[in-house]
Amino acid sequence: MDLPWQMPVALSGILFVLGLGGLLARRNLIFVLMCIEIMLNAAGLMFVAGGARWGQPDGQIMLVLLLNLAAAEIAVGLVLVLRIRGQLRTLDIDDATMLRD
Amino acid sequence: MNAVFLISAGLSVMTTLLAITRTNPVHGLLFMVLSLLSMAGVFFSLGAPFAAALEVIIYAGAIMVLFLFVVMMLSLDKSSEKRERSWMSGKIWLVPVALACVLATEFGYVVMHTGPSSEPAHVIDAQMVGASMLTTYLPAVELASMLLMAALFAAYHLGRVTEPVARNKGAP
Repeated sequence: MDLPWQMPVALSGILFVLGLGGLLARRNLIFVLMCIEIMLNAAGLMFVAGGARWGQPDGQIMLVLLLNLAAAEIAVGLVLVLRIRGQLRTLDIDDATMLRD
Repeated sequence: MNAVFLISAGLSVMTTLLAITRTNPVHGLLFMVLSLLSMAGVFFSLGAPFAAALEVIIYAGAIMVLFLFVVMMLSLDKSSEKRERSWMSGKIWLVPVALACVLATEFGYVVMHTGPSSEPAHVIDAQMVGASMLTTYLPAVELASMLLMAALFAAYHLGRVTEPVARNKGAP
């Protein structure tokens, strides 16, 4: 009845690859941030799966810290999205090249 | 518990796929919320109920709602409202409602069948997590609080309303 430990690991890998693929494919800033969230979430699943595998609470503590990181990252990221939208009137990341030119 | 894990895992992969392929950000975000809720089901079936609760409260409840607010702030004119209405009509509801129903059925099943036989093999509850977090991991918690403070200052500083700078295109 016990779940084989490979399955949560495989799920985490699938979700991470989905997030990475979306990050590379999408050009809308909102979707780019969403894909980063998916990848962070996949990493959190890996932590929890590891903690469950060894019966230790450390994995869940890492998830709590990861949630902190995600909240901080998304607060700053969304403010930057609002600023880019205010300055450039677009959400396309290919238009945000002011540092280059 | 294996069935709960498998259904939640399939649901989370499916909703993540749907979320990253939408063209409308609001639809993508709502699928993302579904994906995070099914991820909470995965955590629960792995014997981590505290992580599952945090996933629902912080990720689906706070971070995704922040996302939704920003998306709503980005499009406030009349034409986008009309476009929104055309997106929200007809059969577009079917797939999300079906996926949400699967998730709700699963949650109902878990709530109805509580007992020693249906619990995951090794449950790590909030007490163990808290006891370890506030002793061994206390420096990490302090660092996390500093990170949150820094993010608060950064968001406050960057979020001030200023006049848009004219973009000099093509100038060296």
